[in-house]
Amino acid sequence: MTARIGVVTFPGSLDDRDTQRAIRLAGAEPVALWHKDKDLKQVDAVVLPGGFSYGDYLRAGAISRFSPVMDTVIEQAKAGLPVLGICNGFQILTEAHLLPGGMLGNDHLHFICRDQKLRVENAETAWTGDYRAGQEIHIPLKNMDGRYVADAYTLDKLEAEGRVVFRYLDFNPNGSLRDIAGITNEAGNVVGLMPHPEHAVEPLIGTGRTDGLPFFTSILKKLVNA
Amino acid sequence: MARVVVDVMLKPEILDPQGQAVQRALPRLGFEGISDVRQGKRFELEVDGPVDEAALARIRDLAESFLANTVIEDFTVRVDEVAEAAK
Amino acid sequence: MSRTPLDTVEHAAATPDVELPWAELGLKKDEYERVVEILGRRPTGAELAMYSVMWSEHCSYKSSKVHLRQFGEKAPQSDALLVGIGENAGVVDVGQGYAVTFKVESHNHPSYVEPYQGAATGVGGIVRDIIAMGARPVAVVDPLRFGAADHPDTKRVLPGVVAGIGGYGNCLGLPNIGGEVVFDACYQGNPLVNAGAIGVMRHEDIHLAKASGAGNKVILYGARTGGDGIGGASILASETFDDAKPSKRPAVQVGDPFQEKLLIECTLEAFKEKLVVGIQDLGAAGLSCATSELASNGSGGMRVTLDDVPLRDSTLSPEEILMSESQERMCAVVEPEKVDRFLEICEKWDVIATVIGEVTDGDRLEIFWHGEKIVDVDPRTVAHDGPVYERPYARPDWQDALQADDANKLPRPETSEELKDQVLKLVASPNQASKKWVTQQYDHFVQGNTVLAQPEDSGMIRIDEATGLGVAIATDGNGRYAKLDPYTGAQLALAEAYRNVATTGAKPLAVSDCLNFGSPEDPAVMWQFAEAVRGLADGCRELGTPVTGGNVSLYNQTGEAAIHPTPVVAVLGVIDDVARRTPVAFQEEGQLIYLLGDTREEFGGSAWSQVVHDHLGGLPPAVDLERERLLAEILISASRDGMIDSAHDLSDGGLVQAVVESALLGGIGARLVVPDGLDAFTFLLSESAGRAIVAVPRSEEIRFTDMCGARGLPATRIGVVDGDTVEIQGEFSLTLEELRKAHEETIPALLA
Repeated sequence: MTARIGVVTFPGSLDDRDTQRAIRLAGAEPVALWHKDKDLKQVDAVVLPGGFSYGDYLRAGAISRFSPVMDTVIEQAKAGLPVLGICNGFQILTEAHLLPGGMLGNDHLHFICRDQKLRVENAETAWTGDYRAGQEIHIPLKNMDGRYVADAYTLDKLEAEGRVVFRYLDFNPNGSLRDIAGITNEAGNVVGLMPHPEHAVEPLIGTGRTDGLPFFTSILKKLVNA
Repeated sequence: MARVVVDVMLKPEILDPQGQAVQRALPRLGFEGISDVRQGKRFELEVDGPVDEAALARIRDLAESFLANTVIEDFTVRVDEVAEAAK
Repeated sequence: MSRTPLDTVEHAAATPDVELPWAELGLKKDEYERVVEILGRRPTGAELAMYSVMWSEHCSYKSSKVHLRQFGEKAPQSDALLVGIGENAGVVDVGQGYAVTFKVESHNHPSYVEPYQGAATGVGGIVRDIIAMGARPVAVVDPLRFGAADHPDTKRVLPGVVAGIGGYGNCLGLPNIGGEVVFDACYQGNPLVNAGAIGVMRHEDIHLAKASGAGNKVILYGARTGGDGIGGASILASETFDDAKPSKRPAVQVGDPFQEKLLIECTLEAFKEKLVVGIQDLGAAGLSCATSELASNGSGGMRVTLDDVPLRDSTLSPEEILMSESQERMCAVVEPEKVDRFLEICEKWDVIATVIGEVTDGDRLEIFWHGEKIVDVDPRTVAHDGPVYERPYARPDWQDALQADDANKLPRPETSEELKDQVLKLVASPNQASKKWVTQQYDHFVQGNTVLAQPEDSGMIRIDEATGLGVAIATDGNGRYAKLDPYTGAQLALAEAYRNVATTGAKPLAVSDCLNFGSPEDPAVMWQFAEAVRGLADGCRELGTPVTGGNVSLYNQTGEAAIHPTPVVAVLGVIDDVARRTPVAFQEEGQLIYLLGDTREEFGGSAWSQVVHDHLGGLPPAVDLERERLLAEILISASRDGMIDSAHDLSDGGLVQAVVESALLGGIGARLVVPDGLDAFTFLLSESAGRAIVAVPRSEEIRFTDMCGARGLPATRIGVVDGDTVEIQGEFSLTLEELRKAHEETIPALLA
């Protein structure tokens, strides 16, 4: 058996088809979900892809967070459904308060696109099981509003509970506090990160690395073995 | 019709690089004596009917849940007196 | 507010003596008289608005048309060309049932006025051209030219332009895979912001801008119409209304990339369900252009009710609605029984769509306002029968003196130390320095098909996941060469773009161009233009790559000072399997570096002459297109058969620039030996055309040199990939760290 992983398309989503491709390459079945439908088509996990949903107007992710599909995603995520938010998806997850903190404009005020070095801090989440804790990987990063912020109490709590999943290495590309690139919720089923693993799944494409593929094999193994 | 203004500002402790960029430009433009600049957003809501306490309460809810992200932003709600007076 | 009667067709016929402000709208007296002659009466205000904007230089190509004809007349026989010049963009067959459309356009002047929005809407416009052909846009490229790098205004214009391209293109989800950034004082006040886009479709999905089938509906969809960019039309408006209202009429058009993204998705979905008979995007001249083009290319006429156009500003007059250049709008012709489904798809994507008219069985374009007819014209006379000028042209009297000022006679470095200093200065100069500060503001990963992106020689996109079929695109131009000799300069731009496609392993197929020049009313500029077009048309014929379309931008000048003539050429190529692509970066220590082609003493217009002597004179490098074709064949064969692991074209900055780039990108150095018969200076810095360097694995050396020998291409072994320095034996050595610092710190330092 395989797993069915939903990818939500919001108006302005850009990496939805790329994410579907990554899911397929990992051996799972991608299922397209539409922002106006509450129905998740009985998928086993959901990815909120990157892009500029609603043009990032108001705040990145702020309008999508109120779409019908998110009502179901929020409800089921709280009940344990694995959810991954990539870039704009991460922004939507913080706006929906499924993950703590918020995202702001990069401290240097420019869009930035680069091959980013990361350290995997937590290999226990639903989406990181195929990595080793401490592993260093390269994942493309591209964003305008990638600066992760939260108050000191929240940051300390995230650190103490091992909920910082990825940290930027060598270079902090956006001014994120404590070099945080990705975090998880208390249960470890919801993960959000700014870099784009779906753009590092094929040897010839993009940076030519495949460091992003384990995201999708991790969730597949978890679901199939469950 | 009345206008209600919602001002949204980053919380004081959150870095505001756009505000800082403006502030850094001030000496170059010959403006001295401005020690800090913070940039925010202003929403102008044209409200049908009277702006009573109930209407303002609804707008505060809207601001808190949607116009501002209270994890990182503060907001204020006020009736635009000038627009009121001009009518 | 009192209002004079609406200027209807009937009213115009009854009031022949009413004077209309044709001069303020940019028409010449004889052009206005021609309009009167065509109509057999004076035009209405709305008709005048349409003729004036459609007969402008920008829309009618009236100064350039007589020269541009050569692109058709001299076009080489090419089976690859599916749609040629005249449509929104040309279409090329790339095999396996796929067709590719591509085009480059200018958005120069708006980008000087408001860099962010000017550049952003430039991207928006070219992308709509691509969608209008039925294709899904897959990549964009941006050839950019600015004033001197250290000029304060460059610091205003460049960051704004780059942020605008990024802000718009990134939001559309289009990878930005190529382009150029060039600085030259001649572009001060006239930056060149050219934008190119590529789209992919199946052969059967090609769509054209034509309205056929009486009864078919004309649907306007996308953004509401506002007062953007209506310029002169407000003069007409102020005649209609007592209070002039220019303050409400923004000169700057603001782009909404989110709206455009929805427009792309909704249009592609409508194509997929075969709901569209004809389609046109609304760009320059807005509805005037879209309605007259659609009607004149189809078999019937068209009737439009202007009251049905959704407005952002309810005070707009009919003339203004016709001329508005509000962004993110398109016009589709749809059969009546498919209208509901079309509107449903628009609704799904939250795109406003309105039926504004229908195709008629007559041959007139009729436009109504408040039930009255305000336009009644033969659409061909608006869209295609504009004036054509044979502008006088003459070789400028300064051309001889410029060419006599020979760059080969400039003082050359006398010691190895001096040569080293000049090389270091060259790789750090703004034009030769790394443009990472710019390109990292563009998304080049989105869509997950980017095989190569800048700073590679050409951008490359996979278009079929199963077979690995891909396309490559390169854009090049060199205004300095073209100033010295516009005919040769245009061919050098073509040759470089052609070569850049071939170095990545793709076969060049077709050409698009963006011709940026000064005022056509100056005979010297007109001569440059005529020569450049002639050079490009001749070159395309010789290389077998037809021009599929393009764009002309004139009046790029401030007072008497025109920009360098700057033909920018885009070459599109195809590669059967992107797995065989050749990157610029050195891959492995020990691989042998070969120089392909002949090196002569050619320094006219060179980067060296600019950086070291601030000099522009002499003749540009000679062009040998037969050699370019041979070089390309060798590069493509070597890539296909796995004989080379990296390749880099030699152009501005010469061999040393190319080696430094390959070394820095690969993180591995090189040891070079000056070949017999050349001095170190010429070897490193000459800009002879028709050359490339390749890195050959030792196991492939004999096979590779045998192939070059058999085909008659000079191939000289000049060194080896090795170590962490670039060393020129017997001359000097520079560490990669020094080179990286010099190469990468310049642009951030200038713009921070």
